[in-house]
Amino acid sequence: MAGCCSALYFLNLKGDVLIQRTYRDDVERNLATVFRTHILNSKESDHVASATPVRVLGSCSFIYLRSNDVYILAVTKNNANAMLTFQFMTNVVTLFKSYFGGEFSEQSIKGNFVLIYELLDETLDFGYPQIVDAAILKQYIFQKGFVTEATKARREAEAQNATLQVTGAVGWRKEGLRYKKNEVFLDIVEQVNMLMSNKGTVLRCDVNGKVVMKVFLSGMPDVKLGLNEALEDVTFHQCVNLGRFNTEKVVSFVPPDGEFELMKYRCQDGIKQPFRVLPVINEMGRTRLEVNVKVKSTFDAKLFALNTVVTIPMPDNTARAELQTSQGKAKYDAKKHALVWKIKRFTGAAEQILIANVELIATTKEKKQWSRPPISLTFQVPMFAASGLRVQYLKVWEKSSYKVDKWVRKVCKSGDYLIRI
Amino acid sequence: MSDSKYFSTTKKGEIHEYKEDLRAVDRSKRKDSVKKVIAAMTVGKDVSMLFPDVVNCMQTDDLELKKLVYLYLINYAKTQPDLAIMGVNTFVKDSQDPNPLIRALAVRTMGCIRVDKITEYLCDPLQRCLKDDDPYVRKTAAVCVAKLFDINPELVEDRGFLDTLKDLLADSNPMVVANAVAALAEIHETSGRDVFQITSQSLFKLLRALNECTEWGQVFILDSLATYTAKDAKDAEAIIERVTPRLQHANCAVVLSAVKVILKQMELVDDDVLKKTLHKKMAPPLVTLLSAEPEIQYVALRNIHLVVSKFPQILVHEVKVFFCKYNDPIYVKMEKLEIMIQLASDKNIDQVLLEFKEYATEVDVDFVRKAVRAIGRCAVSLERAAERCINVLLELIQTKLNYVVQEAIIVIKDIFRRYPNRYESIIATLCENLESLDEPEAKASMIWIIGEYAERIENADELLETFLESFPEETSLVQLQLVTATVKLFLKKPTERPQQMIQLVLTYATQETDNPDLRDRAFVYWRLLSTDPEAAKEVVLAEKPVIADVGSGMEPQLLATLLQNLSSLASVYHKPPETFVSRTRLAVQRAEDLPNPEDHFGDESGTAISSADAAIADSAAAAGAPAAAASTTALSPQPDLLGDLLDLGGGDTSNGNVHQGSHDLASSLGGLSMGGTGGSNASQQYNSPQAQPAADDFFGFGGGSGSSARTPPAPQAPPLPVILPADKGKGLTVSGRVTRQNGQIVYKIALANGTQAPMDGFMVQFNKNAFGLSPANQNIPVGSVAPGQTATADLVLNQAAGMLNAAAGTTPTLQVAIRNNQQGVLYMSDSVPASALFTEGGNMDPSTFPPTWKGLPDASEASQHLQGVTPGNIEAIKPRLVAKNVFLMAARGSPSGAIWRPTARAQGVSELKLPHDANFEGLIGLRPQ
Repeated sequence: MAGCCSALYFLNLKGDVLIQRTYRDDVERNLATVFRTHILNSKESDHVASATPVRVLGSCSFIYLRSNDVYILAVTKNNANAMLTFQFMTNVVTLFKSYFGGEFSEQSIKGNFVLIYELLDETLDFGYPQIVDAAILKQYIFQKGFVTEATKARREAEAQNATLQVTGAVGWRKEGLRYKKNEVFLDIVEQVNMLMSNKGTVLRCDVNGKVVMKVFLSGMPDVKLGLNEALEDVTFHQCVNLGRFNTEKVVSFVPPDGEFELMKYRCQDGIKQPFRVLPVINEMGRTRLEVNVKVKSTFDAKLFALNTVVTIPMPDNTARAELQTSQGKAKYDAKKHALVWKIKRFTGAAEQILIANVELIATTKEKKQWSRPPISLTFQVPMFAASGLRVQYLKVWEKSSYKVDKWVRKVCKSGDYLIRI
Repeated sequence: MSDSKYFSTTKKGEIHEYKEDLRAVDRSKRKDSVKKVIAAMTVGKDVSMLFPDVVNCMQTDDLELKKLVYLYLINYAKTQPDLAIMGVNTFVKDSQDPNPLIRALAVRTMGCIRVDKITEYLCDPLQRCLKDDDPYVRKTAAVCVAKLFDINPELVEDRGFLDTLKDLLADSNPMVVANAVAALAEIHETSGRDVFQITSQSLFKLLRALNECTEWGQVFILDSLATYTAKDAKDAEAIIERVTPRLQHANCAVVLSAVKVILKQMELVDDDVLKKTLHKKMAPPLVTLLSAEPEIQYVALRNIHLVVSKFPQILVHEVKVFFCKYNDPIYVKMEKLEIMIQLASDKNIDQVLLEFKEYATEVDVDFVRKAVRAIGRCAVSLERAAERCINVLLELIQTKLNYVVQEAIIVIKDIFRRYPNRYESIIATLCENLESLDEPEAKASMIWIIGEYAERIENADELLETFLESFPEETSLVQLQLVTATVKLFLKKPTERPQQMIQLVLTYATQETDNPDLRDRAFVYWRLLSTDPEAAKEVVLAEKPVIADVGSGMEPQLLATLLQNLSSLASVYHKPPETFVSRTRLAVQRAEDLPNPEDHFGDESGTAISSADAAIADSAAAAGAPAAAASTTALSPQPDLLGDLLDLGGGDTSNGNVHQGSHDLASSLGGLSMGGTGGSNASQQYNSPQAQPAADDFFGFGGGSGSSARTPPAPQAPPLPVILPADKGKGLTVSGRVTRQNGQIVYKIALANGTQAPMDGFMVQFNKNAFGLSPANQNIPVGSVAPGQTATADLVLNQAAGMLNAAAGTTPTLQVAIRNNQQGVLYMSDSVPASALFTEGGNMDPSTFPPTWKGLPDASEASQHLQGVTPGNIEAIKPRLVAKNVFLMAARGSPSGAIWRPTARAQGVSELKLPHDANFEGLIGLRPQ
C-alpha cells in the first residue's frame, strides 16, 4: 500500500503530545502513551535489536524520527510504505522550518498549532502525502502575521486561482513573477567524507555534493546547466526533466522561485582530499602518551581553509597535556576527552604540526583497553571542489529574453573526515 | 503573536467560559474561543460537550475558522453522532462554494467523519466533486472514494463511484491520476477484489502521468506498476525504459519504488546485456540512499539486504560504501555489517576483515559481538579465506576482552564444524581462556570442541571435569553438550576416568533432572552404550553433514514476496505482510454471490461433528445441530473450524502430548547423530534425512536392554486417520493428519506397504487449496519401505500469503497426490483442522477485543449450540484451547449461562476471531475478520 500512516504525532523529548492528527480510524488514540512507555522510557532501548526506528508494538507499526527536540511519530496498521513515510516526515520538518523562520522545535510547534493543523490537513489526506512543498503551499496557506483586510482579500482571491497550478505539471512555479533585476545564484556545496587507516591508506573516500540555487527571474524561464563531468550517481529536484537528462545528459528545468536544492550527487573516484593527516600516538607505559600529528593541506597554495579543527581523542583518564603547535591554538578539552587544535586560516600546500605530551592518571583497577577512537577534522575550503566538478555553462531562456546576472560559487566542507589511530 | 497563549487558561470553569465566548457576537472573540477549544483538544482535554456551540460557528466565510471547526468535527463527531448531523447542511453548501479550496475542504472533511447519517449525505457532493472543473477538487474527491469505501463499500458500488474513479485514470491532470491510482490500489487491496487492473491502455496513461505528477504521486503510480505483469519482454522493457529516469529523483521513496518496478519487470527480460546495464544503473541510486538521514538509511539497508540476496552482482563492487562510520547510529551499523558479510568475496575479504577487526575494538558490546560473528560467518562461507579469518579471531582472543573471547569461541566452533580436521592446532590457545567463559552459548561451544577433539586434547578429561563440577547449575544447553561430550570422550578414550565421569553424568541426567530433553538424551546414550558400544560409536561419532552460513539465507519464496514489497514495512521487518497486518479484510462477498449458505454449512459440519464425537468426553460439549446461522460468509472452511472446536474436548489432548513426545525423541536423536552443535545450525539438522533411519535402528534394539535404571516408556504413536485405503492405493495405505508443531504446520503421514515388494521414491504434492498450503519439500524422507512395514514422516508445510479467500478453483479440502516408483501417482483428499492454522500470536489485548468483535459484520457470524457447558468448567477448558492457539479473551459466568470470547489467529486469514457465546443451551459464534 502506497500510503504512509493512520496518525501522525509530534512529541517532545519526554513523550508528551505537542500536536497530533488522526487520518484513519483504525488506530486508538492513546498510542502516544504506548510510544512513551515502550520506546522512549524503555530500558531495553539501550539494546541494539530494539533501537531501530521502525517497530511493531501490538498490532501497530511505529515509525519515528527525531529532529531537534521533537519526535515525529507515524503509526499505521497496514503494510505502509516505510520509505515514503520517512521521506515524508523529513520533508515535513523542512516544510515547518520554512514556515517558522528556519526553526523546528517544541517551542515553534506549540506557538503555531493553528497553522500546523492547517498544514497537516493539506499535506496528508487519508494517510496519502499530497502537497508538502513549502513554495507551493505558501500560495494558499499563509504565514501568520498582521495583514490588512485588503491584502487578505487579494491573497484569498489569488489562492482560489492557485488550485489549477499547484496540481499541474509545473506546480512549483507561480505564473506572472516580475523582477527588476534578473539574477541567478548557483552554489556547489561539497561534503567530503574520508576514512583513513592508521597506516595512511585511504579506506573510504567519497563526496556528497549538492547544487543549491537562488533564482530571481521573471516569467517562466527555461534553464539549462552544463557540467564538466557526466555524473553517474545523481538525484534531481522535482523540477528537472529526468527523461531528458537520461537521454541527452543535459540538466534542464523550469526553476522554482527563490532558493532550492537543484541536485545532489555522490562520487567516489578521483577525489582530491583537501587534507592528509599523519598521526603518531605512542603509549609510554601506563601514565604517558606521546602525540605527534602532522596535517598537510593538498589544495592550491592560492586557496585556504577556514576554521580547521582537529580533534584528537584521548583516554578517559587523561590528566593534562603539554601542547606545542606550528600554527593555531590547541588545548585539552576535558569534556570531550580530546585534544582540540584550531587553525583559523590554513593555507594551501602547507604542513602544520602538533606535538603533545599527555599525562594519564594511574588507575588502580586493571585498565580497560583504550578503544582509540579516530581523529576527526572539520573545515571549509572556499572555491574548492574535491570532486573536480565545474559549471561549464548556465543558460537562461525566457520569451522576453531579458538580461540575467549569474553567480557561481563553490565550497568544500568536511563531512566525516576521520583518521584512525 | 504566538498561539501558545491559547494554552494558558487554567482557571476553573473554563469550559463555561469557552461556551460564552463561542456564543459571543464579536467574530474575533468567537474565533479566539474556537482556538482555545482546539488548544484544549490538542493537550488531550475532553471538550466534546461544547459540540453544539462549536458547530454553530461552522457557517462562516473565514476560512481559517472554518478549518478549525471542521477539525473539531472530525475529532468529536463520532461521540456525538446526533449533533453532528447539524453540520450536514453547511457541508453540502460548502461543497458547492465558488471557491475550489472550500469545495475540496468540505468533501475531504466529510469523508473523515465516520457517522452513518453524514455518510448518506456525502454521496451527492462526492459525485459532483469527482466531476468538478477544478483538478484540486477532483484529486481530493478521488481520495474521498477510498475513505467512503472504508466506511461503506456497498454504497461506493451502488453509486458507481468505482467507475468514476477509473475514469479519473484518464484525467488530464497528473495529480488527479496519481490520487485515483492510490485510491483504486487501496480498494483493490483491502477488498481483495479485482477492481484495479492495469491494462495496456491505462498503462500508457500512468506512464505519462508519472513524468508530471508530484513526487508522492510518482510513488503511488510506481507502486501500482510494480504489481503489473507485463505481456511480454518488449512490454516489460518499455516500462523499464520509462521508469529508469526516476532513479535520479531526489526523493528516496521514488527511487526505491522505481527499483522495485525495474526488478519486477526485469523478470521477463531475457536480454542479458540489458540486464547487466540495468544492474549497473541501479547500483548508484541504491548507494546514494545511504547519504540520507539515518532512518532513511536504515530502511534502505534493509531493502538493499533483500536486493543483494537475490542479485548480488548489483553491488558486488561496492562493499566499501557499507563500511561503518564511527558516528553511524548502532542500528545502521548492524545492518551495514550484515550487508558486508553478504558482499564479502575472495577478492575483498582482506579489506573486509580489517574493518571487522577494527569494529571488534569499538565500545558497543552488541556491535563488537556481531563483528566477531561476522568474521566467523565469512570463514564458513569463504573457504579460501578461512585461515585468515581464524588468524584475526586469534588476534582478537589476545585482547582478553571477555565478550570478544566468548563470541570468538562460538564462531570457531562453527569453523571447526565446517572444516573438520584442519585448524585444530589452535585448540591450545582456546583452552587458555576456559575460565573467562560465563555465557551458556560460549561454554556449550567450548565443550563441543573438547568432545569433538577429545582424542587430540591430552587433558580433555580434566577440562571436561572442570565443567562437570557445576553441571547441576548449568543451563540445559550446556548440560546437553556436556552429556554428549562426555559420551564422545568415553567412546574415544574408554579409560577409567571417563568411565567414572560418564556414570556420574548419566546418573544425574536421568535421575535428578526435570528436563525431558536432557533425560531422554541420557537414556538413549545409556542404552546405546550398554547394548552395543560399536553401534554407539557409529551413531555418536558419525560423520556430520557440511554446514553453510545460514545467517543471511532466506527462503526463496519469502525473498520473492519481500522483493515485491520493497520499500514497505514488510521489507523492513523481513516478514510477509500478513504476519503483522491484522486489518486486511477477506473478500467481501455479497450474499447473492454465494451458493445457498445453509445447505453448505449443514452438510459440512455434520460430518465434522460425527468424526469428533468420540473425542468428546468430559466437559467440552456434545455437538448439537449447528444453529442455522443467519447467513454465512465467504469463508468456506469455516464448518471444519466448528467441528474442530468441538474436537478440542477430551481425547485429543492426549494425542497432542504423544505427538509432542515423539517429536522430542526424534529431535534428540537428530542431535545425537549429529553430535549436537547447538545454535542455529542444529535446527536444520533435525530435519535432515539421515536422522530417520537412525530412529528406526534405535527402536530395533530398544526392547532388549535391561541395564538402564529405568526403561523409558516406549512412545506409541496414535493411529493417524486413514486417507487412502490399501484397495485404492494399489496396496499402499496412507494415513495422515495436518497438525501444528513448534509454530509450524506439519503434515504427519504414515505409509504402510501392503505389497510384496519394497517401495521407494516417495514424493508428495498438493493441489491448489484454500489454505494456501504446500509442502516445503516434495520428497518424503522415508527412503525405502519394506513389505509389511510402515514408515512415518513429518512434512513441514509452507503457507502462502493471502489465501483462504475462497477464490474460484480452490476448495476447502486438501487434495493430496503421492507418488512412488512402484505405484505411480495416487490421489486422495484430506481435511485441515483449524487448530493447525491458528498461529501462536492470536492472543489479543482484552481492551481492543470488544471493539474489534463489534466491528466485524454481523452477517459473517456463524454460530453453533453446545451442550454441557457450564461456567464452572471454562477454566478447565482454557488450557486446552490455548494448546490449540485459541485464546479465551473473556469468560463471564452467570447462573443462566456462560459467555466465551476466545480469539485465534491464522496465517492467511490474517486474523480469525472466534468469539464464542456459550449459554446453557450453548452457542458458539464465529466471525472471521
